[in-house]
Amino acid sequence: MSEPFIHLAGVKKVYRTGGTDFLAVSEVTFDVEAGELVALVGPSGCGKTTLLKILAGLHSYEAGEVRIGSPAQPFDPSRDIGMVFQQPLLLKWRRVIDNVLLPAEILGLPMAESRERVRDLLQLVGLKDSEHKFPYELSGGMQQRAAIARALVHDPKLILMDEPFGALDALTREKMNLELLRIWQKAGKTIVFVTHGITEAVFLGTRVIVLTAGPARMADNFRVELPHPRTLDIKTSEQFGEYSRRIYRLLGMA
Amino acid sequence: MLQRYGLAVLSHLLLVAAWHFFVVLGNVPKFVMPSPYDTVRALLVPNYRWVENVSVTAVEIFGGYFLAVIAGIGIALLFSWFRTLEMLAMPLLVSLNIIPKVALGPLIIVWFSYGIKPNMMMAFAICFFPIVLTTARGLREVEPDLLDLVRTLKGSRWQIFTKIQLPGALPYIFAGMKVAAILAVAGAIVGEFLGSDRGLGYLMLQVQVTLDTAAMFMAVILITLIGMVLYGMVLGLERLLVVRDARIQ
Repeated sequence: MSEPFIHLAGVKKVYRTGGTDFLAVSEVTFDVEAGELVALVGPSGCGKTTLLKILAGLHSYEAGEVRIGSPAQPFDPSRDIGMVFQQPLLLKWRRVIDNVLLPAEILGLPMAESRERVRDLLQLVGLKDSEHKFPYELSGGMQQRAAIARALVHDPKLILMDEPFGALDALTREKMNLELLRIWQKAGKTIVFVTHGITEAVFLGTRVIVLTAGPARMADNFRVELPHPRTLDIKTSEQFGEYSRRIYRLLGMA
Repeated sequence: MLQRYGLAVLSHLLLVAAWHFFVVLGNVPKFVMPSPYDTVRALLVPNYRWVENVSVTAVEIFGGYFLAVIAGIGIALLFSWFRTLEMLAMPLLVSLNIIPKVALGPLIIVWFSYGIKPNMMMAFAICFFPIVLTTARGLREVEPDLLDLVRTLKGSRWQIFTKIQLPGALPYIFAGMKVAAILAVAGAIVGEFLGSDRGLGYLMLQVQVTLDTAAMFMAVILITLIGMVLYGMVLGLERLLVVRDARIQ
């Protein structure tokens, strides 16, 4: 097998608050191939967001190795990361199209081309008719679609998502899961997706990394061998149930 | 829309009507409360030099206000760029803000003598603080996750400032400016009461001696109108800027 796109080995992070050390991440070792959709799942305090920020280059770490990029997929940390958060974080004073353009502006990409690209992306995420709307005119799900388009606008190789559908209602969330799979397959990006939803992790992930809290460490890392394209009815399959049970057991819930 | 404006005009007209009937039906003496008609007639007294007095007061209000907006926003910007400066100066500003600005009046007169400038200073002193405080607050309110997003793109501080911080602070700036607009009017009039030789506040003190209550009413109405013009301009600017912000890329 060729070199993986992301390689983490023995990653450990400790926070120091008022003299006491708090272990945020430890024993994290996994590889991600280019084009995978990896779900990081675990309870609050398991360090999944911290790990995501380490991948984003926003956090330092005490020990271990983090390498992103391979000879086949060179990685430029300043322009190959797209981020999506739990809140859409759209700028209230900008129309959808200008919100999506923000990363292109910051990177100084050519505007005419970027605008074309935004139109294509809005089509991809299903916001074709909303490009001139303001965020407040969109529902929560639509705002999060715009945030996904914004994460894609500079054509990054890696998309980092931190519980992006955690603030949505259950039905919208299911819908957005399907949408994300569709977008992922069309865009062909590597995605690292943080969630505390166990079924969401299994449904979305080509690979699931299970993190546990107290102390924070990596508990499991497995491939999800469910066929693509996935539809909601695979959630009722035997295989799906087994993957879910495997995670529930690790988290001490089954 | 039309209905909303219509009702707003109606309530103002109703107040004038109530005032009229109260005075006429109640046989209220003119020196206690003049009718709306008598009040308007006060404008015909050339001695009162309405145009000059309105201009003077308006210059004091607008001048003091304009200075406070410039200085207030400028200082808040410095605070957001230099954290140490903010930690040094902000507590001091909060303390100074508690000084009743009116109490500074006699001092201002000693320092700057009578006239437009000291009254402008009074308007400035009274409306400067709310602008600094709200602007500084607005510049501080940036979503940490949004900063992370810009950082992953290696965006500069200047980009964060122009694209996120400043436009995000605009609503706060305008909130401060609206409060300050009302305070500026009060500041200028207090300044005129304390010492001046022109302006609507000065005129009020003069006609108080002759019990020309109608002229006093008129002066209050004109002061209010100046305040409404200023407030309306701020509101208009706010609407304009929000739209423009929405349009720039």
